Amino acid sequence: MKAWLALLRPGDWALVLIGALGVAISFPLLWAGGKAERAVVRLDGKVVAEFPLTAPRRFAVTGPLGETLIEIAPGRARVLSDPGPRQYCVQQGWLTRPSAIAICAPNHVSLSLSGKDASHDSLNY
Amino acid sequence: MPVMTASTIDLKITDNDRRIARYAAAAIALTVAEAALPSPLPGVKPGLANIVVLIVLMRHGWRDAAWVSLLRVLAGSLLVGQFLAPGFFLALAGALASLAVLAPAARLPRRWFGPVSASVLAAFAHIGGQLLLARLWLVPHDGVFLLAPVFGLSALVFGIVNGLITAKLLKENQA
Repeated sequence: MKAWLALLRPGDWALVLIGALGVAISFPLLWAGGKAERAVVRLDGKVVAEFPLTAPRRFAVTGPLGETLIEIAPGRARVLSDPGPRQYCVQQGWLTRPSAIAICAPNHVSLSLSGKDASHDSLNY
Repeated sequence: MPVMTASTIDLKITDNDRRIARYAAAAIALTVAEAALPSPLPGVKPGLANIVVLIVLMRHGWRDAAWVSLLRVLAGSLLVGQFLAPGFFLALAGALASLAVLAPAARLPRRWFGPVSASVLAAFAHIGGQLLLARLWLVPHDGVFLLAPVFGLSALVFGIVNGLITAKLLKENQA
């Protein structure tokens, strides 16, 4: 091992370090996909409420079947309860990524998350 | 009217040509051996043939290294049945990008920068060239860049390993 390391010259060390740093930075940079910042609640496709994902809170929205309860927490949101028969949107649990969506179709309610940069349509490298 | 004389095309084979052919043969053998290795992801491979290219670069300069590298891509792809397939063009793009970077990299002061520097730089250039061609031609979507961190990591690791092997071989066989 030591004999191998002796083959590295000072510039090699610096270059390897820079390369490692670049690779380390590239992972979060390219794989983050942004952070979810806002929860949007829709009834019949129309936005009825929008909350920042900062403080915990609950919000009830009344659809044709009854009341759907939304829970907001720092960085995430979920459908806490829903009168729908199959409970798909409740079983989805916490949503954390931007553009994630839970749809309670029977009650016409949807909960979706949006990121900070929802405005961009493309990324250039 | 001038008198027509029989002419023959005379190809002079120099010692330099023979040397390049020998190195290229070694590089091609490594390419073929490597093709037998399973890869977790297309594009992630050690690139052992680049050890030969680096040795040629360090011993005989960039021109000879370019010959060996490009002969390796051509003959290697013929042997593994990839000639003119997408894999061939990706290999060619990688080899050309590496050579483009190795030209200035070979001029770095040897006291500070050894074969590992050249190897790591060439490895990054290699995936850079391949990703660029893949983006422009094979997968016209920015999604290919999501693979960049994985390719970058493999380039770094194999760049260091190949560079160390090159440095060791050069040290053990000092002419």
